Amino acid sequence: MNQSANSTDIHKAIVREQAAQDRKKLILNGVLLLILLAAPFMIYPVFLMKILCFALFAVAFNLLFGFTGLLSFGHAAFLASGGYTTGYLLSNFSGLPTELGIIAGTLAATVLGLGFALLSIRRQGIYFAMVTLALAQLVFFFFVQSGFTGGEDGMHGIPRGELFGLINLEDNLNMYYFVLAVFIGCYLLVQRVVSSPYGQVLKAIKQNEPRAVSLGYNVDRYKVLAFVISAALAGLAGSMKSVVFQLASLNDAHWHMSGEVILMTLVGGMGTLLGPVVGATFVVNIEYHLSQGPLRDWVDPILGGIFVITVLAFRSGIVGEVQKFVRKNLG
Amino acid sequence: MSMIFGVPLAVLFGQLLIGIINGAFYALLSLGLAVIFGLLKIINFAHGAMYMLGAMVTVLMFDAMGINYWVALFGAPLVVGTFGVLIEYFLLRRIAGQDHIYSLLLTFGVALIIQGVLINWFGVSGLRYTMPDVFKGGVNLGFMFMPYYRAWVIVAALLVCFGTWFVIEKTKLGSYLRAGTEDSQLMQGFGINVPLLISVTYGFGVALAAFAGVLAAPIYSVTPVMGSSTLIVVFAVVVIGGMGSIGGAIITGILMGVIEGLTKTFYPPASSAVIFLVMVLVLMFRPSGLFGKEA
Repeated sequence: MNQSANSTDIHKAIVREQAAQDRKKLILNGVLLLILLAAPFMIYPVFLMKILCFALFAVAFNLLFGFTGLLSFGHAAFLASGGYTTGYLLSNFSGLPTELGIIAGTLAATVLGLGFALLSIRRQGIYFAMVTLALAQLVFFFFVQSGFTGGEDGMHGIPRGELFGLINLEDNLNMYYFVLAVFIGCYLLVQRVVSSPYGQVLKAIKQNEPRAVSLGYNVDRYKVLAFVISAALAGLAGSMKSVVFQLASLNDAHWHMSGEVILMTLVGGMGTLLGPVVGATFVVNIEYHLSQGPLRDWVDPILGGIFVITVLAFRSGIVGEVQKFVRKNLG
Repeated sequence: MSMIFGVPLAVLFGQLLIGIINGAFYALLSLGLAVIFGLLKIINFAHGAMYMLGAMVTVLMFDAMGINYWVALFGAPLVVGTFGVLIEYFLLRRIAGQDHIYSLLLTFGVALIIQGVLINWFGVSGLRYTMPDVFKGGVNLGFMFMPYYRAWVIVAALLVCFGTWFVIEKTKLGSYLRAGTEDSQLMQGFGINVPLLISVTYGFGVALAAFAGVLAAPIYSVTPVMGSSTLIVVFAVVVIGGMGSIGGAIITGILMGVIEGLTKTFYPPASSAVIFLVMVLVLMFRPSGLFGKEA
């Protein structure tokens, strides 16, 4: 009797502790949301949208790399196919609601992702990285040669149009809040995916694939689905990016872009939810500020240097290191 | 002039020759990748940069010090190989126990640095390298014209490929290497200096890439970006062949070069993509690669 009363007390304490933590998290998230809502009044909205698009790109990539352990070196293909599809539709069918163009771009990337996934999961580990890189190069050649992309010149003057036929997206503030809403939606989706039973299986695959197989999971199906979700969100990021900048170019399809999203995820902290967002913010800022200063020709070597330092010295990335620090000193 | 499918025979043979030469480069590069992969279990993303460095070093040694082609043929791989040993010793070794993905990313970062720095110094337009006089001209084989230098590239690449195969398969050093591939801890237990072996292996693999770079200097435009696109093609070649065997890497390399050359003759727009398409087919019907053992 006494013992059971004791255990209820403990249970209550745990619940109370949990509630307190939840409240803290809620407050933190609320503050973050307020900052994001107020940001365009202090910082140039197009720059913020660039960060949000790349953050979504990195979040999508991290679902595959950080949570499933699959290193894709071809994610630029999805960013670009989303961007080009949306750009083509919005440029050639005037009056098409912007959201339909973006959905179409996302679908194009999803289908492409399915093709990539079915081919690349036939090889594991480093072969997976090489296969995705080679497939993305194939897509790159396709975009170079097919007429609708504008080849080396790219696609210019993509109209932003109107959202639901009502909201004028030519206005930067409207555009910003739309991009922010999509970003938050996707972020929550990934959060949900990762914490779901499905996400737990993905983590199991990452940690010990043979064991996941022996537990009876059809590992390949889990991997393909993770790849497709990741490609779809990367395509969505590309679609929005093409609407924001009214531009889709070969830069987005180049292997360099695939490397950049790896860097963002790695620097921010792979396998954490917030990491890719922090990483994207960091990399976009670094690139912007370097390109304004005397080091503007040295962006690539500096990014390479950051790559090397991150891999050598802090593999858990910014968010991972902060988490470690908090756990050690404040927990 | 006789024709085949509407293409003059001389043109066909010309493209075949170019294909074999490109194939020789693919073979040399994928061989180096396979050697490094065998012991270090990593894919060297800096391999393209090392190939480029080999060519750049050749040009720069000539421009600055008048060092001729024959010296460069050994000198450039030595310089780049030493550079590779330093990279292994100071960078790769530090993360040896970690997931191999990290070493792959590290070499990618190194490649970005090398390429970026050289672009700043030399631009992307390309440097000129004059061919040694011995190689000027060529011989008419009756069905086609064979420039001497191209013949030399094929011979030299094949010699180095088979030399490497011989060292790895038939010598004591090669047996250490193969044993290290199987179980490096056990080897260490037998008193073999495995860390040294790893450094030397990385240096050697990189030197092979640099050797390809020297061969390329007189016929391709030497630019800081020449390595990256080549490397992606070589990756596809490696996926097609599998890295299970040294011989497989060589055969696949040359075969892919020939296929590329044939495509250029009969359907030029697809020539840059054809190797990737072959890779897709191989993945669909023989996922472990033509010569591969792994899944």
